[in-house]
Amino acid sequence: MNEVVKTKIETIINDHDVVLFMKGTSKMPQCGFSSRVAGILNYLEVNFKDVNVLEDDEIRQGIKDFSDWPTIPQLYVKNAFIGGSDIITEMTMSGELDQLLKEKQVSFSQDAATKIREENS
Amino acid sequence: MAISAEKIRDLIKKSFPQADIEIVDTAGDSNHYSAIITAQEFRGKSRVEQHKLVYKALEGAMDGSNGILHALALQTKIK
Repeated sequence: MNEVVKTKIETIINDHDVVLFMKGTSKMPQCGFSSRVAGILNYLEVNFKDVNVLEDDEIRQGIKDFSDWPTIPQLYVKNAFIGGSDIITEMTMSGELDQLLKEKQVSFSQDAATKIREENS
Repeated sequence: MAISAEKIRDLIKKSFPQADIEIVDTAGDSNHYSAIITAQEFRGKSRVEQHKLVYKALEGAMDGSNGILHALALQTKIK
């Protein structure tokens, strides 16, 4: 992939602990899958950088090549690719996402995480 | 681009012959599917790696700008 785009992506995921590459923005998602993951992060009170791929065609394709992952959204925590909407949903419901955030020392609301499971079980 | 559940199953079977595969056409429109795949090949792999293996199996059929990979809700389990 193009080195310029690669550097651009690396800079974004280096500069922010939690990054969501998504369609639309955290406040105005433009796709159901992106909306779901942004919704989970917002609910858990995780501070994250939203990157709207619809505004940057290079990143839109580039992030797929970079992660070797064919779809958007894509979640990065402390430089590591965590997954797309299916994986994040599953990890939220199983508690693995809490575990990961704790391990990576990312601040979030444990109460909200517990509540999201209670309400969706 | 519509694709049948059978076609998806066949493609997955090719890469995971022993897997248990459950596919549901969630909207009944041949465009939105949910797949639960239980396979031995997933053992020792992270979830991201497991999903990548499935995506590889479906390569060409569902990826690309006209593909419907985006509309496949995927769940992988270890057999």
